[in-house]
Amino acid sequence: MTEVEAIAHKLARQQKEISVAEFFERNKHILGFGNPTRSLLTSVKEGVDNVLDACEESGILPEIYVEIKNHEDGECRLIIEDNGPGIIKKQVPHIFGRLLYGSRFHAIRQSRGQQGIGISAVVLYSQLTTGKHAKITSKIQEDRPATVTELAIDTNRNRAEVISRAIVHWEKPSGTRLEVSIVADYKRGKRFVYDYLQSTSIVNPHAQITFKEPDGTEHLFERTSETIPKKPIEIKPHPQGIELGTLIKIAKGTKSRRLSSFLKSEFSSMGDRTTKAVCEKAQLDRGLDPKKMSREQFLTLHKAFKKVKIMAPSTDCLSPIGEILIKRSLKHQTQEISPEFIYTASRPTSVFSGSPFQIEVGIVYGGSLPKDKSVRLLRFANRVPLLYQQGDCVSTAAISSIDWRRYGFDQSSGKGIPSGPAIFFTHMSSTLIPFTSESKEAIADIPEIESEIKLAFRECARKVQSHIHKEVKRVKTREKFDLITKILPEIAKKSSDMLGKPVPSLDAVITKIMDVIWIEDLIECEKTSSKPVQATLFEDSSENIDGGWITKSTILVVNYKNMPQKFNLYALIPEDAVVGTVTPKPAKITSRYIKWNLDAIDPANKVDISFELAGLDKGDFDENDLYIENINASYVIGADKWEGE
Amino acid sequence: MPRDFTKVIEKIDLIAEKVYNDLKSSEIPHLKLPTRTKTNIRFDEKLNVWKYGGNTTERSAKSLDGAYMMLRTMYMVDFIKDMIKANKSSTLREMYYISEGWDLAKFHSQPESDSLAEDLEVITSCMREDFKLRPEEDGARVIGNFTLEEMTRNKTKKKIHCQDDVGDSGYTIPYNVEPEKITFKGADADFILAVETGGMFDRLVENGFDKQHRAIIVHLKGQPARSTRRFIKRLHDEKKLPVLVFTDCDPWSYRIFGSVAYGAIKTAHISEYLATPAAQYLGVTPSDIENYKLPTDKLSKEDIHALKSELSDPRFQDRFWKHEIKLQLSLGKKSEQQALAKYGLDYVTDTYLPEKLAEMGMLKK
Repeated sequence: MTEVEAIAHKLARQQKEISVAEFFERNKHILGFGNPTRSLLTSVKEGVDNVLDACEESGILPEIYVEIKNHEDGECRLIIEDNGPGIIKKQVPHIFGRLLYGSRFHAIRQSRGQQGIGISAVVLYSQLTTGKHAKITSKIQEDRPATVTELAIDTNRNRAEVISRAIVHWEKPSGTRLEVSIVADYKRGKRFVYDYLQSTSIVNPHAQITFKEPDGTEHLFERTSETIPKKPIEIKPHPQGIELGTLIKIAKGTKSRRLSSFLKSEFSSMGDRTTKAVCEKAQLDRGLDPKKMSREQFLTLHKAFKKVKIMAPSTDCLSPIGEILIKRSLKHQTQEISPEFIYTASRPTSVFSGSPFQIEVGIVYGGSLPKDKSVRLLRFANRVPLLYQQGDCVSTAAISSIDWRRYGFDQSSGKGIPSGPAIFFTHMSSTLIPFTSESKEAIADIPEIESEIKLAFRECARKVQSHIHKEVKRVKTREKFDLITKILPEIAKKSSDMLGKPVPSLDAVITKIMDVIWIEDLIECEKTSSKPVQATLFEDSSENIDGGWITKSTILVVNYKNMPQKFNLYALIPEDAVVGTVTPKPAKITSRYIKWNLDAIDPANKVDISFELAGLDKGDFDENDLYIENINASYVIGADKWEGE
Repeated sequence: MPRDFTKVIEKIDLIAEKVYNDLKSSEIPHLKLPTRTKTNIRFDEKLNVWKYGGNTTERSAKSLDGAYMMLRTMYMVDFIKDMIKANKSSTLREMYYISEGWDLAKFHSQPESDSLAEDLEVITSCMREDFKLRPEEDGARVIGNFTLEEMTRNKTKKKIHCQDDVGDSGYTIPYNVEPEKITFKGADADFILAVETGGMFDRLVENGFDKQHRAIIVHLKGQPARSTRRFIKRLHDEKKLPVLVFTDCDPWSYRIFGSVAYGAIKTAHISEYLATPAAQYLGVTPSDIENYKLPTDKLSKEDIHALKSELSDPRFQDRFWKHEIKLQLSLGKKSEQQALAKYGLDYVTDTYLPEKLAEMGMLKK
């Protein structure tokens, strides 16, 4: 044996498999366990994300209980309890005691945890820092007892080591409770845990979360929606953006014998026509056996995917929150700020590297938010709050590249995060969130995503701008109201008093000063236990209206011009609303608007208009969107020009 | 002899009538008055002073601000009318405090109410005194060899010699200097020297400049009050004494001279009562800075702006002013009267003033 050979053999004796647990131990900072503050949050986060996913899959409205007990020597006892489906005895060691074990890793659909490193990493971290065992209580059925398992992780084998197992009585119908001891900095980490739970509640309005601090203080993040998010379904990979290697791997494992059936069965959005177009573009015979294709043939196929127009992947695999729910939970969570308004925008589904994604954004504006500070960014991916690495996130980049000065915000040189009394909300739903690192705190800078976020924020910002614009106009007109209702009568009184003459009538002068048609509106909500007065107008009104809210909108139109005015008025209504009583008789009602043809209103005369909406929650409809037609829009305050449907 | 205010009341009622008639005929109430800016002052050849030109500003109740202004106007004329009827008078400051009780019509600051009082003068062609309004501040002082007779509050006439009967701070000019209050008797002086600062006034008095050079020294106290200007004008007109103005060397001091000689922009409607067109500017001039090598300060941004604005002020369009202002802009410096102390306390009375007066033909050297 030569000397070189001897070294190679020596090296070979040293080379051995590194256990995943060992890998974790050395790289815990990448996984969010870098320091005691961070570790506390990561542990809570992994636990809560897990619960939310499990509840969603089993159609349960989640009730989550998080408790932290603080011990003096920097050790915390963390308890996370849920009302989920529970875990069968046999699976407990795998789920809590084995890294990279999960049911969601291979599925292409939206979920919170993706890599499955989640909860077991918490158990491992606990073991590494305190040497204590994790305790898991789980119950799967109402009439059966619960199982308590204490376990440790054998880091060499990446397997759980069950220390003890017992049967206990548990009041809960079903659920899981995890108790771990970890080294964590509670004092510093507390705020992050609170923020995380609050943010989680914003994007999971169907969840109820209770947080108990070591001193016994309890915070309740209430549920604002009783609807469990639609369960995202699994889809096949979309051909656009798939890696060449993945394509070859799928072909190796397919049961299809022909290229055309392979494409149709293994990928999404591939119908007959698209399949034909792709094959023609690649100049490949549709009858080819995919298992026998050469690398060059795959390469031309791969190229052809990009040249042919392929329908976007179906959105069934995504579960966006929805504009109404975002608005509702933002409103609920920002109550103490009492914001002036909240606007949201939602983009259609788009694709990056074969993965469908959808962007939803929101802007909370005004109230007690500081005017001179940078706006606060709330970032979410698949309903999980992202709390760290804001600077590395694509959403930050997208927001920074918009010139916000145009929309009434302060921003030096038109770049960077703007200043103003606002909170910016971004949510990305996708089958695959391209995080910058394993700690899953920032979304990578992918042009398709950045562009969608920008488009969404621009749309939202335009709403903000138009609101502010309308407000300014209203303030100006309100000043005129002061003028005609308070000051002018005083002037008249004073001058007549001085001259000892009767006070003249002011109607004509008032009309001259105002010289507008003034539209003012008011929205009120009232709780109802009866059905709406009028029969519903739409077939799709199966929603439960009993015991809900009736939203009543009142509109006042006053003609302050010196000629009679005749025009059409439109009031937009939310799509899922059911229209009740409308006065006066409308000319038309559609699913989007109510239209009135207003007959000539004489100078200094007014018209009262009202309509009722059912099927909405309190606050869902809090601002009228009014439009006018057949009249010069500059005559009118309080409504914009109708641009058609 | 009580004054007859019938005319004033008539004129005040005209304002109320105008507003009332506008309302009655369905017009938005509005009042016209001359624009009170430097772009709207014209030299009146007949009166030899600067007066408002033909440009007018409209005060209309169409805007919120305009309506507030109109309401305040109504309140103020009503207040003046009441005062006249009750035979009372008030200071501008008192009126401002009274206006606190005017509800919607109250002012935000005193300059607003002062300015409206001036507007009323302009609209009615009355004087503030006709409205029984007076300023609170007077206190400008005069010293010199002349005698005046003042009607005291006890309704007795009192003769005062403005050198022998007064202390070193001189005779204090009251707010009312009209003939019913003050009449000038004998005067034995060669000229009137109007001085900007109190420090310089005291220096001249201490050095006996009034006696030595037969001068009547008036302290302007910065931008002079109406009564001070009116006093100088009457003394000039009645005693045929030339008037010389002695100020700091900066744009603001030139405006002081402007208001003494040409009439102030704010009070151009009564320039003929207040201005002394024959007044001459003695110094300190920008040329003096160079000739006397005076200590200086750098011109501030505001100074430069004010100087440039004076270049387009119709009152400063003669060769002397154009030349001096341009010189100052090129020097980039300003100076003070008291900078003359660089050469000793007596320098101003022994050297500077005699030289300047000789230059202007007032003194023989």
